[in-house]
Amino acid sequence: MTNIVNDEVKNRVVYEVSNLNLWYGNDQALVDVSADIESNEVTAIIGPSGCGKSTFIKTLNRMVELIPIVKTSGEIKYNGVDIFDKSIRVEDLRTKVGMVFQKPNPFPKSVFENVAYGPRIHGIKNKKILNEIVETSLKKAAIWDELKDRLNDNAYGLSGGQQQRLCLARVLAVEPEVVLMDEPTSALDPISTLKIEDLIQELKSSYTIIIVTHNMQQAGRISDKTAFFLNGEIIEFDRTETIFSTPKDKRTEDYITGRFG
Amino acid sequence: MENVPAKKYMSEEKYSKRTARRILLDKIVRWAFSFSILFAVIVLVVLLYQIITKSIGWLDWNFLTGNLSIKPEKAGIRGVILGSLLLMVVVIPVTLFLGVATAIYLEEYAGKSKLKTIITTNISNLASVPSVIFGLLGLAVFGRLFNLGSSILAGGLTLSLLVLPIVVVSSQEAIKAVPGYLRDASYAIGASKWTTIRKVVLPASLPGILTGSILAMSRAIGETAPLVVLGIPTLILKIPNGIFDDFTALPIQIYYWTLDTVLTAEYANLAAATIVVLLTMLFLMNSIAIFIRNKFQKRY
Amino acid sequence: MNDTSIRNLILKNLESSKGKKTDKIVTTLLLMAASISIVTSIGIVVTLVNDAVHFFAEVPLRDFFSTELAPLGIEPAFGVIPLLVGTVMSALIAMLVAVPIGLTAAIYLSEFAPTSFRNTLKPIMEVLAGIPTIVYGFFAYSFVTPILMKMLPNLEAKNVLSAGLVMGVMIIPMVTSLSEDAMNAVPNSLREGALALGATKLEVTLKVVVPAAISGIVASFILGISRAIGETMIVVIASGSSKKLTFDITQSMQTMTSYIVEFTGGDAGAGTVGYYSLYAVGLLLFIFTLIMNLIAQYVAKKYREVY
Repeated sequence: MTNIVNDEVKNRVVYEVSNLNLWYGNDQALVDVSADIESNEVTAIIGPSGCGKSTFIKTLNRMVELIPIVKTSGEIKYNGVDIFDKSIRVEDLRTKVGMVFQKPNPFPKSVFENVAYGPRIHGIKNKKILNEIVETSLKKAAIWDELKDRLNDNAYGLSGGQQQRLCLARVLAVEPEVVLMDEPTSALDPISTLKIEDLIQELKSSYTIIIVTHNMQQAGRISDKTAFFLNGEIIEFDRTETIFSTPKDKRTEDYITGRFG
Repeated sequence: MENVPAKKYMSEEKYSKRTARRILLDKIVRWAFSFSILFAVIVLVVLLYQIITKSIGWLDWNFLTGNLSIKPEKAGIRGVILGSLLLMVVVIPVTLFLGVATAIYLEEYAGKSKLKTIITTNISNLASVPSVIFGLLGLAVFGRLFNLGSSILAGGLTLSLLVLPIVVVSSQEAIKAVPGYLRDASYAIGASKWTTIRKVVLPASLPGILTGSILAMSRAIGETAPLVVLGIPTLILKIPNGIFDDFTALPIQIYYWTLDTVLTAEYANLAAATIVVLLTMLFLMNSIAIFIRNKFQKRY
Repeated sequence: MNDTSIRNLILKNLESSKGKKTDKIVTTLLLMAASISIVTSIGIVVTLVNDAVHFFAEVPLRDFFSTELAPLGIEPAFGVIPLLVGTVMSALIAMLVAVPIGLTAAIYLSEFAPTSFRNTLKPIMEVLAGIPTIVYGFFAYSFVTPILMKMLPNLEAKNVLSAGLVMGVMIIPMVTSLSEDAMNAVPNSLREGALALGATKLEVTLKVVVPAAISGIVASFILGISRAIGETMIVVIASGSSKKLTFDITQSMQTMTSYIVEFTGGDAGAGTVGYYSLYAVGLLLFIFTLIMNLIAQYVAKKYREVY
């Protein structure tokens, strides 16, 4: 019985991207991008600098709109609904699709207040409930033990790795379905990086994770599927083992073997 | 879109309604906040309109070239304008010399010494001392001690001290903005420090220094309180000839005419006309400053 | 031939002591100029204290901090409390105007206004800031007071309400510009982090940006108060010179600054108690504004978040 449910969940398509184009003013950053992202998987996005991977991931939660000269065409369906449709509230989208940034950006508030920010905005005022949510989120981010006695400490006193896990807990506190990660470990030391990679593996059973990384080994270690971007296009998008051992496109092979990028 | 964070804690309908309210609140408050700017704009427009309308008919060539008089129809502000200009004749060289010298010392000679911190904190404290206090200082030191009474020199020196921080700070920034490689080039051919400053740094920072001194002048030309404390009198019928003479200045004249409006209603019109003259001078000065800044500011 | 003689000239010049002497003279001159600011500060303190001491030699502290103020009366009294009340009331009214309007304007300019708006609106703020206070004073007396008199029939011609309101308008640009600077210093990564959680722009501004910038914002308020306390011409013209102790804002009240200006308009001969009272009040005023400025600096530094 559980197996059938698991299989169903595994095959569900969360994001359907069709012919996505994006321009910063007159410069085209994304060229006819199409991809299907499945649930409860880790999808890695790799490619050389400037290939559009950050732009792509920021389009998935419409954060890219913060830049005024951005224009898009094409369709991105999230759970079957086009996210660019006028009837969609971007606040709703971003609650379901969370984001962790490259440089940890905790608020200059206490650990507790950082995690409670999201739930508070959505109207949860009850102290007991907030305590529960904060504890659960910090546990999911594997940082509860380290911080349970420091909930009132300012987040800026934490180490880089702790701050990043705190930011993850902050995202998890609003119970998203998808977690977007834009090079989350590139500013961290190796030990913190490994901790977060372990965390990602644990989280994928409950969340869909899309991670941009410039570190190919990382993509190889933690992802189920990998998309290779070059000059704004998806060159190849397949199971990770395939991409890394038997890539179909020569450009993918060149990148994987380090001939450029 | 199914959408319930913390599903245990809130029903979907309640959540959706709440989100709608949040988005609406965002729109309303954004709009409401813009009212403050609107308020400021309206006040400015009303202020200028009121003053200009009160001056109509009173601001004419005779007004600008005539002498002061008790009778409002005959009053002219030639002496007053001259007084203000003569004040600037004192303020400009004093503040330029002292202000730029201070800035040069702070930026080129003082390094990170304790003295630099003391002088810098001093200057920023002086910048927030009320102008009346400078008046009291001027009265005691320039008026009484140096026995300059209520002459242009006394007024000019007092105002110079008042606006000195403005010149120092803007000159400092102008000097700081001169890139190191220009100085290096000069030192590398064996030029001394002072020569480098004189021939490389100062010319490069001149636009910023000029802008700063124009700003200081605009401040000085509109200052009233220190001059009143110094004892600048109400009705000066004699036109000042030199900096040791008694005088009156634009803001003082506005002040006295405004105070006496209760006796003679037309004084309000005279005050308004004088204000227009003062504001015009300020407008011209600031336009020149902006022009200098835009035209000569090199981007290194 | 030219090479060697130029080289010789340069060497001779470098070795001469004239260059070194010039440098030394210049350094000394510059140092002297720079110390003028210190001399000024010392001068202010010395002048105020010196003549205040003369005042307190004749008027005991107890009488100074009393409520009876009649410097030209038959029995001169120099109680400063009415002036303190006048100063505080006018500053209070001014801040009630300047804080809400200044802060919301700053928030709007910093977080919500489109760039084209900002570029037109900022200069307007700068114009307001550049208007001489005497012009504001004239505006208060000849325009604001008559309008207020229509709304409040028992308003006196000289009243502290009118002065306070216009003072508030004068302070708005200062509060706006300093608060805006504080909010601009908050890094964008914080705004992005909050938006990515599904917050509205308003929630990001009020719950993340403003709290992060709060030390600079509060410092701007304190500096605004300091400015209000030190303001002279607006209160002189619009609020008059009543020395009666009252809390009624529809009446005239004199402030510390206004007292100093009124009295020096020829009424005080040098060496009289009245003359020295100016310096006593001046000293008090100086101490107040100095404390406010130090507090503002302290607040700005201590609670500034290190980003």
